[in-house]
Amino acid sequence: MAQAPTHTPRYTRAVDGRLLAGVASGMARHLRVDPVVVRLAFMALSIGGVGVPIYLALYFFVPEEEAPAEEEGPDHQRKGREVSQLIAYTALALGLGLLFLLFGGVFDPLLWFMVFGTLGAVILWQQANPAQRDEWMSTNVVPVGRKALMRAGAGVLLIVVGVIGFLVFQEQLQNARAGLTFAFTIIAGIALVAAPWIIGLVRERDEERRERIRNAERAELAAHIHDSVLHTLTLIQRRADDPREVQRLARVQERALRSWLYQRPADAETTVRPGLERVAAEVEEEHGVPIEVVCVGDCDIDDGLSAVLRAAREAMVNASKYAGADTISVFGEVEEEEVLVFVRDCGVGFDLEQMPEDRMGVRGSILGRMERHGGSARVRTEPGEGTEVQLRMPRIPNL
Amino acid sequence: MGRVHSVDDDKTSPSPSFSEGGAVPRVVIVDDHRLFRSGVRGELGDAVEVVGEAGDVDGAVHVIAEKQPDLVLLDVHLPGGGGVEVLRRVLARQPQVRFLALSVSDAAEDVIGIVRGGARGYVTKTISGRELADAIVRVADGDAVFSPRLAGFVLDAFSATDAPPVDPELDRLTQREREVLRHIARGYAYKEVGKELFISVKTVETHVSSVLRKLQLSNRHELSRWATARRLV
Repeated sequence: MAQAPTHTPRYTRAVDGRLLAGVASGMARHLRVDPVVVRLAFMALSIGGVGVPIYLALYFFVPEEEAPAEEEGPDHQRKGREVSQLIAYTALALGLGLLFLLFGGVFDPLLWFMVFGTLGAVILWQQANPAQRDEWMSTNVVPVGRKALMRAGAGVLLIVVGVIGFLVFQEQLQNARAGLTFAFTIIAGIALVAAPWIIGLVRERDEERRERIRNAERAELAAHIHDSVLHTLTLIQRRADDPREVQRLARVQERALRSWLYQRPADAETTVRPGLERVAAEVEEEHGVPIEVVCVGDCDIDDGLSAVLRAAREAMVNASKYAGADTISVFGEVEEEEVLVFVRDCGVGFDLEQMPEDRMGVRGSILGRMERHGGSARVRTEPGEGTEVQLRMPRIPNL
Repeated sequence: MGRVHSVDDDKTSPSPSFSEGGAVPRVVIVDDHRLFRSGVRGELGDAVEVVGEAGDVDGAVHVIAEKQPDLVLLDVHLPGGGGVEVLRRVLARQPQVRFLALSVSDAAEDVIGIVRGGARGYVTKTISGRELADAIVRVADGDAVFSPRLAGFVLDAFSATDAPPVDPELDRLTQREREVLRHIARGYAYKEVGKELFISVKTVETHVSSVLRKLQLSNRHELSRWATARRLV
């Protein structure tokens, strides 16, 4: 990304922001010091007469050298810095040079005041630039509120000092006290007016931001309620004559709302507990028989355990289809050496001896699958006594 | 079924109990949803005598003091401090009142919290009227009612720690108690648990009451830390 050194910003990742052309903040980043230090150093050097040429030199030459290093940054963000800003910085630099030429000498008080005043004005102006502040906010998570306020205060102070000093210097040549008093009053007035305005701006920005977040949350909530709850309620009204369907709809919605309210972590599906709950939810949704899942302990799902989940699913499907029970209880327990899953119903049960050969579900999907993966399964049932499928899978120790 | 366990016929209690016929328990229903209160009242029918209702903490404390019920059906979430606050204020003055917690929450810290606060059982609001009546009678008789979910929470709470117990008597479940809880979590009724483990229903009840006692008295802070660390449904 070759950026032209003069027209576009070089420091797109303005971690500490930039005041001028980015020369100072770039150096600060390079030296790992606060940019303010570097900027003040430049100002001080300018007074000595060396700073301005140095700064100008760096301004024109450094970006080209630093461009590759900048490209290492992960993201290039906003490129467009306003031209007016650039002009102002250039004007400042040239102005400082001119001042030095005009007044010459480090100890000329007028120069000092001019420097202070200009510096303050620049800081203030830069602070009051909303685009710049927004950019800070978007790149810098650390709250800048206090820092911004401090800078604004410093800016105001510097302007006051600078302008008063300038007037003091002027009045030495002309009229003395009236001018000073007049100027002081005006400057103090401006400072008083400007400071709250800046603080207000910052607060307003923060408030706007909070409001935006609140609005986004509200919108998300409304959308969620609409898509899920309202939708389900409509369905329930239309299916009011079918109690089973109504119950199924209500259960599905309850589940969805619960998991949304309690905000499952995104990776939750990779462990046994949510896995078992998800399987149960799916079967319940398909077959309309409520399934109560209780799980103790948790661990990651490996090959054997995903076989357990599939077998458990098959057991739940069987119970839903054939048992005729009101509810199905699923209990999963993760222990040190093994994982146990019990799927139980209090339904009609059946005679295991006379289980038809075509009941592939139990033989293939449950018993066979568990054995293939090194686990075991047991079916306990008797006519009229309900059915319980017990699944057992040894855990592979974590290495 | 078996989510809440029907009262057993071979139970022998020294004092006359509600399960042996005769008087029905006098119940106060505390829930902030009026619709739910009237629904429960209707579902319970003649199985209990509903002597009062309340919709918040202050009202509950007042009604319970006035009506002196055998049992309070207590919602976990209530305006004015929640069910735990009702437990705290009532049990200080009326320790004989028994509480059965009823909640839609299912969150571990709510369930564990209310049981540690003094409730002798916990059932979810999806429970059927008959099951609820059974649970009420059981708790009114002084037993504990563990739903499968509560059993699961308790097993989790007592196992999920590496720290050595402060008081082994209170901080650890015996092998037998664990077995009983595991069967309850699997959906077994007390009678079925007894049959499985070759013990009497009375013994099952003793184990469950003992677990309840440990749950309420254990000072092990892992228990509460565990509850707050998890927001599981």
